[in-house]
Amino acid sequence: MTVARRLVSTGVAASLLLAAGCDRDAAPQTRIVADGDPGHGRQLIAEVACGVCHIIPGVRGAAGTVGPSLAGFAERNLIAGVLPNTPSELARWVRDAPSLVPETAMPPMPLSEDEAVNVAAYLLTLR
Amino acid sequence: MSPPISSRCARAAAVVGAAAALAACDGPQAALDPAGPDAEAISTIAWVMFGGAAIVFIVVLVAVAWALRARRAREGRGLIIAGGVVFPLVVLTALLVFGLTVSSRINAEPDDALTIRVTGKQWWWQVDYLDAGEPVLTTANDIVVPVGAPVRFVLTTDDVIHSFWVPSLGGKLDMIPGRINETVLQADVAGAYRGQCAEFCGDQHALMAFTVAATDDFAAWLAAQQRPAAEPVTDLEARGAALFLENGCGACHTIRGTDADGTIGPDLTHVGGRPTIAAGTLPNNQGTLAGWIADAQAIKPGARMPSFDRLAGPELRALAAYLASLE
Repeated sequence: MTVARRLVSTGVAASLLLAAGCDRDAAPQTRIVADGDPGHGRQLIAEVACGVCHIIPGVRGAAGTVGPSLAGFAERNLIAGVLPNTPSELARWVRDAPSLVPETAMPPMPLSEDEAVNVAAYLLTLR
Repeated sequence: MSPPISSRCARAAAVVGAAAALAACDGPQAALDPAGPDAEAISTIAWVMFGGAAIVFIVVLVAVAWALRARRAREGRGLIIAGGVVFPLVVLTALLVFGLTVSSRINAEPDDALTIRVTGKQWWWQVDYLDAGEPVLTTANDIVVPVGAPVRFVLTTDDVIHSFWVPSLGGKLDMIPGRINETVLQADVAGAYRGQCAEFCGDQHALMAFTVAATDDFAAWLAAQQRPAAEPVTDLEARGAALFLENGCGACHTIRGTDADGTIGPDLTHVGGRPTIAAGTLPNNQGTLAGWIADAQAIKPGARMPSFDRLAGPELRALAAYLASLE
């Protein structure tokens, strides 16, 4: 192998590595892009105090351990280990969990449909 | 050119400080945003004292600056007598007379005021509405009063010293073991005001808050509260009612109209209609009720409410649904 060819192959390998890095940055593994207003969702999460039962990054005092931590929730595949984690399922879940999974301990929460979409939008920002 | 870092820091600190200062100027718990005559008087005194102190401060600073710049020493006997004796005597006397005059309006004793006894407990408030000294309604933490009428608060404690303070309505008053203290508060504007314990009383002192809601429809509220608890309607609520008794909740809590008649914890007959739970610690909804039942010791460590962490999910939900239905 000549020096030139070695340089070329090193260059190709390096650019592949770089490209791989670029790719991940450009299109992170978000399976879902939620509608709704995550900022308002975060405010609603504080108001109804989801943090009594859940650890929720970005929400002050949300340190509950009754239910699962919601850190990295956007990366999670399933809601409550049962439902696919899509924005629409999540919005239904935060509003009325027992109608979807009767064995859950999570009660229905006082959120309108629009509010639930915003809450889901915030949870889907958690990586 | 950008300003030096120190001046930028100072500016940022000033902005943050001003925001913090203004943040406390209104809202449901603000002595600077009075909603009743007592709080009004206290606020007036505070502002006049502040203004008086500011004027004196400026006069003194001007005198200091003038003294530092003076070319030669002056014979200052007259100045010392005027500035050191006469001026403080006149100003402080005036402020004292003003303060005493205005503060005499505070706690004016009405003849036929509604009387509410509030008993401080670690870490919540028992609230008894009295008629001729006898309780006609027992509730907890979330107090309701009529708008525009003086209310006599009879304050005592079951354990340590607490202090009852609703900054928007008036001054604070300690609750002292073995004693009964009285204060009169009046809310002139309908709305909800927040109060909190103002005397360190143990681990969860910071989570010992309460609300005072002033309503136009007090008589209807009182009549509704005096009725026994609502019967469960849904199957889930009925299951919750049964679980409440099976798990021994009735040993500490009363729900009038059921076998639950404990007096250690708050009366829950109409808990579903209250704005908060756990003494102003959490908003009241089925989620917070369930979370509180499951993990009270994590939320308020040391409180007498245990964590009921052996309930299955649907059982927890049934209890929360039942309690939420008790409006």
